[in-house]
Amino acid sequence: MRRLLFTLLLVVAGAAQAAGLSFPPLTGRVVDQAGILSPAAKQTLTAELEAHERATSQQVVVATVTSLEERDIAEYGVELGRAWGIGQKDKNTGVILLVAPNERAVRIEIGYGLEGTLTDATSRLIIENVILPQFRTGNMEAGIVGGVGAILGVLRGDPDAVPSPRKSGDPGQLPPIVIALIIVFIMMRIGMRRSTGHRDYWHATTGRRGHGGLGGFIGGGFGGRSGGGGFSGGGGSFGGGGASGRW
Amino acid sequence: MLARMLAIIFTVFALAGCDVNAVPRLDEEVKASWSQVQNQYQRRADLIPNLVETVKGYAAHESETLEAVIAARAKATAMQLPDNLTQDPDAFRQFQENQAGLTSALARLMVVVEQYPNLKADQQFIALQSQLEGTENRIAVARKDYIATVQRYNTELRTFPGRFVAAVLYPDAKVRETFTASEAAQQVPAVKF
Repeated sequence: MRRLLFTLLLVVAGAAQAAGLSFPPLTGRVVDQAGILSPAAKQTLTAELEAHERATSQQVVVATVTSLEERDIAEYGVELGRAWGIGQKDKNTGVILLVAPNERAVRIEIGYGLEGTLTDATSRLIIENVILPQFRTGNMEAGIVGGVGAILGVLRGDPDAVPSPRKSGDPGQLPPIVIALIIVFIMMRIGMRRSTGHRDYWHATTGRRGHGGLGGFIGGGFGGRSGGGGFSGGGGSFGGGGASGRW
Repeated sequence: MLARMLAIIFTVFALAGCDVNAVPRLDEEVKASWSQVQNQYQRRADLIPNLVETVKGYAAHESETLEAVIAARAKATAMQLPDNLTQDPDAFRQFQENQAGLTSALARLMVVVEQYPNLKADQQFIALQSQLEGTENRIAVARKDYIATVQRYNTELRTFPGRFVAAVLYPDAKVRETFTASEAAQQVPAVKF
């Protein structure tokens, strides 16, 4: 009786606590309440996230919401993560990429168990360097797909998962004379290669440069499984780890 | 006489079907959530020396703001925390005030920092700033969890039959202190980007 009352009380208290917040139902690994993802992207992301869970048992989900209901996105993210129970119960290995297009806010919410792998600083870099540049040009889908790719890359331990702004900024900072010298140098090398018949090397090099950063993003998306059915949170909890950004 | 009293007490418990372990169980929850609060405050204190050093490199003449942060941190970490801090209203209030002082000193620093674009672009600073932001957020979550568990514990101690159970079986159990709402409002510094 007492226990029942207590449970009832807890349920009431829980309901009261979440009264201000109404979360979209957890219908799959990609919950697109705001409707900013195409069906194809949703399917690709779902397959990618499902493959990741199979390999690592970590649950990563994407949520786009129409409203944060007057809350800070960080607060909303923790409550959403706890309500959905993303991540394994005892390990709390869940991550949510939360996008609120109407509030122009994005957050990577990280479960207790992954705070060491996907740190606040790394999440911030993913948001600033991968997600926000796309969002700022209105390309929501590319930002989300890129963000998920970077998150999964970091979780897999891929050191190149997060492009550092310094790398992309450096070529522009070189004085023109240096760039000119480099071009001349490369032309000379090509000339030498051509004459000695080593053309394959050039092709191999450019090929690697052109696609290296993207490999991780697209890989795993072609599993061929539609998936998504019967997905549910593992009961993991969140403690406020992660980073937020605005655009 | 004693036997009769015990019999009455036993009957009351039996009738209520009460959870005699509720008090110690909730007590453990309170302790766990409190250590989480302390961890996060500690984590924030640990971040500050590096943060101050990094800011100094770019904004040395903001020494007043930096000194305020250092002093607030010293005050917060120098406080000797009694073991029963959560049951000691004065010490608890002191603890809360010290941490709030550090919170607002850091908030001021983050506002000042806005005037230094080079600092804001520094990779080290971005990392520290995001860690600080994350820690403030974790503090807010830990405080909220603590408030919720203390509320359950205190309610158990103050209401029937928990009050009765505690009086007989756990005479040491005391109502815990909790954070006041007004301070929660100034908890998160305005770190805007």
